[in-house]
Amino acid sequence: MSEQITLLPGLLTAHLQLALAALAVGTLISVPLGVLVRCRAWLESALLAAAGVIQTIPGLALLAVMVPLLSALGLRGIGFLPAFLGLALYSVLPILRNTVTGLAGVDPAAIEAARGLGMTPAQRLWRVELPLALPVILAGIRTATVWTVGMATLSTPVGAPSLGNYIFGGLQTRNLDAVLVGCGASAALALALDGLVQLVGRGYARRRRTLVAVGFGGLLLLALHAGLAALGSTRAAEGERPVRVGAKTFTEQYVLAEVLAGQVRRATGLPVQVTSSLGSTVAFDALSRGEIDAYVEYTGTIWATLMHRSGTGPGRADVLAEVRRWLAEQHGVEVAASLGFENAYAFALTRARAAALGAWSLDDLAPHAARLRAAADYEFWARGEWAAVRAVYGLAFAEQRTMDPSLLYTAVAAGQVDVITAYSSDGRISAFDLVTLADTRGAIPPYDAIVLVGRRLVRERPEVVAALARLGGAIDAERMRSLNRAVDETGHSPAAVAQEFLAQWP
Amino acid sequence: MAEEKWRATETPRRMIEAEGLTRRYGDTLAVEGVSFTVARGELLALVGGSGSGKTTTLKMVNRLVEPDAGRVTIDGRDASSFEPHALRRSIGYVFQGVGLFPHMTVAENMAVPLTLLRWPRERIRARVEELLTLLELDATLAPRFPDALSGGQQQRVGVARALAAAPRLMLLDEPFGALDPITRDHLQQSFLAVRGRLGLTAVLVTHDMAEALLLADRVGVMRAGRLVQLGTPAELMRAPADEHVARLLDTPRRQARVVDALLGEAR
Repeated sequence: MSEQITLLPGLLTAHLQLALAALAVGTLISVPLGVLVRCRAWLESALLAAAGVIQTIPGLALLAVMVPLLSALGLRGIGFLPAFLGLALYSVLPILRNTVTGLAGVDPAAIEAARGLGMTPAQRLWRVELPLALPVILAGIRTATVWTVGMATLSTPVGAPSLGNYIFGGLQTRNLDAVLVGCGASAALALALDGLVQLVGRGYARRRRTLVAVGFGGLLLLALHAGLAALGSTRAAEGERPVRVGAKTFTEQYVLAEVLAGQVRRATGLPVQVTSSLGSTVAFDALSRGEIDAYVEYTGTIWATLMHRSGTGPGRADVLAEVRRWLAEQHGVEVAASLGFENAYAFALTRARAAALGAWSLDDLAPHAARLRAAADYEFWARGEWAAVRAVYGLAFAEQRTMDPSLLYTAVAAGQVDVITAYSSDGRISAFDLVTLADTRGAIPPYDAIVLVGRRLVRERPEVVAALARLGGAIDAERMRSLNRAVDETGHSPAAVAQEFLAQWP
Repeated sequence: MAEEKWRATETPRRMIEAEGLTRRYGDTLAVEGVSFTVARGELLALVGGSGSGKTTTLKMVNRLVEPDAGRVTIDGRDASSFEPHALRRSIGYVFQGVGLFPHMTVAENMAVPLTLLRWPRERIRARVEELLTLLELDATLAPRFPDALSGGQQQRVGVARALAAAPRLMLLDEPFGALDPITRDHLQQSFLAVRGRLGLTAVLVTHDMAEALLLADRVGVMRAGRLVQLGTPAELMRAPADEHVARLLDTPRRQARVVDALLGEAR
C-alpha cells in the first residue's frame, strides 16, 4: 500500500494535467460554438448530433482510435496527445448542449429590454444573455468535469500516465489496494474540481466575490501546479532522454518491463521510464515508430497477428528466425534477446474436469466440445490461432465467451465455464490446479518471449541493446511462473519482484 | 386643460412624425397606413384591444420593429438615418411586463442606459440617487435584485431606467397594466408629476380608455391595424368617428355610473 502511495503525487498531477487541459480546451471550444450556432436551428441540431455521436463512442475506444489517427497524421500517437484530444472531444457535448439550452432559455423580455435600451448585439450577449445563461453553462461544465476526470483513467492504455495506472495495473495483478487508491483518488479529484466550479457559480449567483475568488483561485492554483509540472518534465526530457520501456496489460508484462528497466539501469546507469498498460497493438506501433525503445513480445503473436501466418507452424527456432527477419525487414525492429520461456495460448480445464472427460489433449477434447462452454481473452476468438485450432481439431464449443484475462482463471475454477485459453506461463495454472491440453498436431505456434528493441535504440544506444541481450535465456518457464505468482498471489509489486529477481541473477 | 395646452402651442415643433407606417407579419397586416404626429411636450395615447397594432406602431418609432412601408421622423431627422442602437439610446422605453434584468440590482438596472453612454462611475452614482428620489423609491432598494421588489416598485424602477439618460422622448408600452388599482393610480399620478417637471414628450400604449383620458393630451384609437380616430379627449367625445369609438369612450363613464348606483343603494 505505502508503495502505491508514493506514486500518487506523480500520477495525480499527470491526471490533473490531462483533465484540466481537456476541460479548458473543451470549454473554450464549446461556449463560443454554442454562441455562434444559436438562432441557426439546422447548424445547432447538426452540431449537437455530432457531439452526441462522439459521446456514444465508448470512452476507451475514443482514446484508442486517436492513436492510429494521430500516427496517420504523423503526430505522436501515444502519450499525452491522444488522451488529451479524446477527453477534450468528450467534454464538448455537455458544455455545448448547456450553452445552447442556457442561451435559448433567456427570458425574451430581458432580450427585448436589452434591444430597447439600445444595446448592440455584442453588448446584449455579454451583458444580458451570457450572464443569464451562465448558471446553465456552469452546470454543463460541472458535468463535463466529472466525466472528464473519470474518463481520464482510460488514458493509461494509450500511454499517458494517469490514475488509471492504479486501476489497470491493479486489476491485472489482482491488487485491490491499487484499484482502490486509483478509484478513490480519481473520485476525490472529480469532487474537488466540481466543487471549485460550483463555488464560482454560487459566488456569482449570490454576488459573493470571495466565493468566486476562492473557486477561481483554487482552479488557477491547480492549473499552475499542473502547468509547472508539465514544464518541469519537458525540461527534464530536454536533458538526458530516458530509455523508454513499454508493457502490455498483464502481470507478466509489468514484471518483465521492470526487469528490462532494472537491467538497463544497472548496466548503463541511464534513466529509464516505464510506460505500463499499453494496448496490445499500441505497444508494437509505438516501438516501430520510436515512441518507446523496448518491450517484451511473443513470437507467436507476431507470427499470427502481424505476419498473418496460420496453420501448423514450423518449430520454435524456425519461427523465431522468421520473425526476426520479418521484423528487421518490415519495421527495422530487432530482437535483442530471447528470454528463455514460452507464454503460449493453451486450452486449460480443472484437473477434475479433465479426469472426468478423459481429456488430456486437444484431440481428446474435440468430441466433448459441443457440450462445453469456453472463455478466452479479448482477442483470441478473432486470432489466427483459433482459426487454426478449429480447422485442425474440428473444435466447436457450445458457447464462446470473451472476458478480461484476469478473470479467466477464477471463472474456470468456479465452474462458470468449462475451458479457458490460459497463458502457459501464468502462475495461476498451478495455483488453481488446472490442466493444459497438449497441442499434439501443432496448430498453435510457439510463443517465445523476446525482447524487441527499436531502430533508434540500436543506432544511438548500443550499450543498452547489449545490456538487454544479456537477458537471453535468463528466465525459464518455471522462473516466470513463480515471478507471476509472486505478484498475483502474494501481492508484491511488479517492481519489487523484478528487483529481487535481478538481485539474485548474476 | 389638455385642449387649452394644445391650442396654446403655435406652430408646434413636431417631435415625432409618422407617415403611412405599415407592417406585415407573414400574411397578416399588423399595422396599415398609420400616420400621426406628436408635438414637443405632448403625450399621445394609443388605445385599442389586443391585436389592434398599437404596440407594433410604438415599436416602429424606435425601430424595435422595422416598418415595411412608411417612415418615422424624430425631431426633424429620419429615424432610419440612425444606427438602431444609437436611436434607442436617445429614447426612453418602458416595457410591457417591466423587463428589468434579473441578474442586476435595482441600481445597476437604472444605470444601464448610462453605462451604454459611457458616463463616468461617479456621475452614474449621483444620477441613480436622483432617480430614486424622483420615482419615490427608498434608497435601501438600490442594492436589491428585482425579484425582491413589489410589482409597483419594479415598475417604478422600469420608469426610472427609461428616464435615466434624460431622454426628451419616452415610449411606454402598457406600463401600468399589471398593477393593482391603487398602485396603478398612485403610479399614474407620480408619472404625471414627473412628466410635468421634465416636460417630456411621450407615446403611451394602453388598452384602458380611462387611463388614456387621464394621462394623454391626445388619444389615438386603433383597431385592426388602423388608426381609426385621433384627437383630444374632448374632440373624441364631441364627435366619435364610429360606434366602436363611442362605446370605448362611454365605458369608463358607464362603469362609474353603475358603481355610483350600487354604492347609492348600499347607503
